[in-house]
Formats: sequence, C-alpha cells, structure tokens
Amino acid sequence: MKADRTIKRLAFVWLALLGLLLATWALSRLGLGRIGLPVALAIAFAKLFLIAAYFMELKWSSKSMWLMSGVGFVWLAILIELTLTDYLTRGGSWSQ
Amino acid sequence: MRELSAPLAEQFEDTQQQEAAVHTGIWVFIATEVMFFGGLFLAYIVYRTTYSHAFTEAARHSNVLIGTVNTAILLTSSFTVAAAVLQAKVAKPKSVAMLLAFTSVLGLAFLALKGLEYSQHISDHLLPGGSFQRGKSGPFQMFWWLYFVMTGLHALHVIIGLGIIAWQFAGALGGRAWANENSITATALYWHFVDAIWVFLYPLFYLIQR
Repeated sequence: MKADRTIKRLAFVWLALLGLLLATWALSRLGLGRIGLPVALAIAFAKLFLIAAYFMELKWSSKSMWLMSGVGFVWLAILIELTLTDYLTRGGSWSQ
Repeated sequence: MRELSAPLAEQFEDTQQQEAAVHTGIWVFIATEVMFFGGLFLAYIVYRTTYSHAFTEAARHSNVLIGTVNTAILLTSSFTVAAAVLQAKVAKPKSVAMLLAFTSVLGLAFLALKGLEYSQHISDHLLPGGSFQRGKSGPFQMFWWLYFVMTGLHALHVIIGLGIIAWQFAGALGGRAWANENSITATALYWHFVDAIWVFLYPLFYLIQR
C-alpha cells in the first residue's frame, strides 16, 4: 500500500513545489493586473494539495482521514461566507 | 524490539489503529489551527477588498527576495522532515537525527531572514504605532498591522516547531522511547502545516500586483 512512498517520490514533489514557487514569482513579475491574485492563490492551493497529499501522507490514508483533514476548511469556508454575505450587501465600495 | 517502533498502548487493537489515531489527533489539532489563523485571513480578505488600492501600494514595501527565499527554505524543510518520517519507518535513527538536524537548520535560517526583514521594516518606520511613516493612510498601516501579526504568529509556530524537532532529535539520537515513528510523524505533520500556512502568506504579502 505504501510501497510507492519513496524518497524519490518525495524528492519529485519537493522539486514540483520549488517549480510552482518559481512560477508564481515569475508570474507576479509580469504584472497580471486583476487576475494576478487569483492566479497566485491557485498556485498556493496547488502547493497545499501537494504538501497535504504527499508530505502529509493523505494519498496513502483512509477516507476518514480525508474527512478529518477537510473539516477545518469547511468551518473556515462558513466563517468567510457568512462574513462576506454581510459585507457584500452593505453597499458602498462592496456592492460595485 | 525494532528501533524507533512505537510501543503499542493498551487502548489500541494494533499498531495500524494506533498510527491512524496519531494522524487523526494531529488533523483535529490542525483544524483548530486553521480556524485560529482563519480569523486573520478573514480580516485580510475584508480589508483588502475594501481598500485594495492602499493594500497594493503598501505591499510594494515588502521584501520579495527574502520572502521568496524563505518560501523555498520552508518547502525544503518540509521535504527533509518528510524524509525523516520515511527513515523512522525503516528504523534508521541516525538518518532520522540527521534529517531533523537539517530541518532545524533550515527553520533557523528562515527565522534569521525573517528577523533581518523585520529590522529593515522597523527602520523604514513600517511597524504600526506612533513611529509609523507620516502621511500614510489608515488602510496602508492596516496592511502592515496584518503583516506583522500574521507573519509574527507564523514565526511563533516555527519557533515552537523547532523546539519539538530539537526534542525529537535528541530522543532519536539517544534511542529514547518517546522519539519513535509515531511521535516523529506527528512532529512532521505539524511542521508541514506551518509550511502550508506560509504558502498562503507569501502571495498575500509579497506578490500582490507587483
């Protein structure tokens, strides 16, 4: 089951993470304007996925562990969603 | 008994169940940490959306070179600590100790660069408070308030992580029962979480619309 969890595999993940870092830095230098932040965050989520799946062993963990790893983010999503529901309906700079 | 193997506590049926309990426990802890940092991320989202112009202007003063190098350092330290877990599972305490030592050196390098960065910002009068740069708007200062609080809280987590890693390093080297594959796995999971938080701090404070 964990046979493919080798140092070589982890080294590939590490190189991929450094590649993503280089990409996000280079893209920010280009000045993407409005889509700059969404692109940077998409790359951050890709890095999070690699770290969680390979370094934190979720790829080799049970389905219940996937659930455990997700709960914090579910509550965080509710926190952000409810707060923005307030701000986005206040008018002013938020409703533009 | 095999070196670095965790003794089976009586409440568990087998070692697999015990290992799953270690992962579950740390993931529950991480969920509380996600909420802990989450409040600050929420503050960032709200203020950045309200004052996006001031935030973009304020972010021009951050040191993107140190930020990028520090990201690479933390990603590398995550790799070395993940490798330490692999070595613990095949009972190689010397390799584990060496990899944990590497991880500590990288963590210390991160903190040294962070300290250098802080001292630059403080001498540039970017630390919120009475000596903050004159003529800057409130939202401009708010960016720096969030910068110092969020990276400071993260640095505190790095310091705590270094303490735990040093403790596990000493245990692995001395062949102590409290440094085993499960405790090293738990240490590594925490360290990866600290790394993952930085992965999000990096674009928010260093990369916005340069």
